[in-house]
Amino acid sequence: MSRDEPLVLGIETSCDETGIGIVRGRTLLSNTIASSMDEHARYGGVVPEVAARAHLEALQPAIEAAVAEAGIRLGDLDAVAVTSGPGLAGALMVGVGAAKALAVSLDKPLYAVNHLVGHIAADLLTGEEVEYPTVALLVSGGHTSLLLVRDLVSDVEMLGETMDDAAGEAFDKIARILGLPYPGGPEIDRVAATGNPDAIRFPRGLSRASDMATRRYDFSFSGLKTAVARWVEQHEADGVDIADVAASFREAVVDVLVTKALDACARHDVPRLLLGGGVIANRRLRDVALERAAAAGVAVRIPPLSLCTDNGAMIAALASELIRSGRPASTLAFGADSTLPVTEIQVAVQA
Amino acid sequence: MILSIDTSLGTAVAVVEADGVVRAEVSSDNPLGHAEVIGVLLREALADAAHGAIGATVAAAPVEVTHVATGMGPGPFTGLRVGIAAGRAFALGRALPVIPVPSHDAAALAILLADPFAEMPRFGVVTDARRREFAYSIYEGLDDDGLPIRVVGAALTPRDQIDVVLAEHGAARRDVTAIPAAMIGLVAARALAASRDLTGPEPLYLRAPDVTLPSAPKRVGT
Ligand SMILES: [Zn+2]
Repeated sequence: MSRDEPLVLGIETSCDETGIGIVRGRTLLSNTIASSMDEHARYGGVVPEVAARAHLEALQPAIEAAVAEAGIRLGDLDAVAVTSGPGLAGALMVGVGAAKALAVSLDKPLYAVNHLVGHIAADLLTGEEVEYPTVALLVSGGHTSLLLVRDLVSDVEMLGETMDDAAGEAFDKIARILGLPYPGGPEIDRVAATGNPDAIRFPRGLSRASDMATRRYDFSFSGLKTAVARWVEQHEADGVDIADVAASFREAVVDVLVTKALDACARHDVPRLLLGGGVIANRRLRDVALERAAAAGVAVRIPPLSLCTDNGAMIAALASELIRSGRPASTLAFGADSTLPVTEIQVAVQA
Repeated sequence: MILSIDTSLGTAVAVVEADGVVRAEVSSDNPLGHAEVIGVLLREALADAAHGAIGATVAAAPVEVTHVATGMGPGPFTGLRVGIAAGRAFALGRALPVIPVPSHDAAALAILLADPFAEMPRFGVVTDARRREFAYSIYEGLDDDGLPIRVVGAALTPRDQIDVVLAEHGAARRDVTAIPAAMIGLVAARALAASRDLTGPEPLYLRAPDVTLPSAPKRVGT
């Protein structure tokens, strides 16, 4: 196997995107994504069984498309990589079963890796020089996590995460309250464009002085959700300005995300912030992060959106880094771990 | 040689020669953990198969897998998908065709071959379908291709109704708790020899996805 420029195929099935990525070292050859998002729209959120069925259907055509786009043959691969967790158990298992069988079929090593660390590895595929340590804020419909990355393959620390809903879920739920379709993020963004973000002062979760002692880097969006629902109910009679509610809600989410991320940068003396996850598509989040980071002297990195949403390329990229650092492959004896901690960058490492 | 996989109940992998000789058969009864064990079982089955037919004393011929057969259920969905995903991915890795096999057909063939001279009336293969239901298929002997003749199913019925349903069809009840992968392979071999498709590429879920529709926005104070 080429240790410097390994050719790796990554399989990602932790939520509602079937992602197949192929990289050579840090060079992206294919980032193929089949999403079942439309199938979830009528339910207002990701339905695990619908997602798992869609993964099984999409997997084979997605692998074929990725291989064709990359211009390789499966036999050329140096390794196969797969997301072991965290994520939806039934969805993860489809990818794990397929990845193991592909590795045995090709007689190639298999790397089972952590989805969240994969989001950080996505940044390596941008072709720019990446520096560590960095603070990473990963925001999606499945997770809201604040990480301190000292070394991608050996030292990732979870600073904090959401205690209830992921930020993306909060957008979906508020969209529903406001009568907007799924997924909520782009809809809230669209409606908020004409609203006043300061019209209503919604609560910032876990931001009180007392929270700072114990939950400094954790997030909570359930109180915000309740506050928005109550506000809408109380003002329904005299007509709710949806634009103001959407803009004020979005501002509360963005404010707490950016404040905590920059606080982490300051407290750990790390002047770098990496943004990842599908909610990074939110324009206001990017703008506020860039503006306030600049004022704080923090450099912000935002990979292209196709690498921010869940994808297989980031899984392949992480495995590629593990191989480059001389890490042995995983054994075949691991499962889907829906709550895999971020400290487990690779699972079932061979002795 | 056919690599066959079934994860509709436990996890089972076998390697079967085109004429039905079983080269290897390994399984795990754990009703969960399909994703954990599938890779090790695949590797074990292929390694065993390299030693020749089970019980053979002659030198082994090299293993050259030509087809992958996958049990398509019915069975609990989460586990069932692992075997189908694995079968498709293995086949993709070596550019092999996949032969989908109804898992109950394999169980029925095992029952019919266990005593080929038995006077076998109609019988129903009955497996766990969770949620207080059984999955069942009713069979009646073998056809000219050596394949079990499925006259009903696969279908679901409430557990307390299974005996009534089978009696309506005049079928004896045969409860099955494990699908032998070698029988998946043998059914596939016979279907292949007869150029027949036994089922489509979709898993036999028999049930729409379980969806809890989101409730109306929560109204505070009500
Ligand atoms: Zn993600």
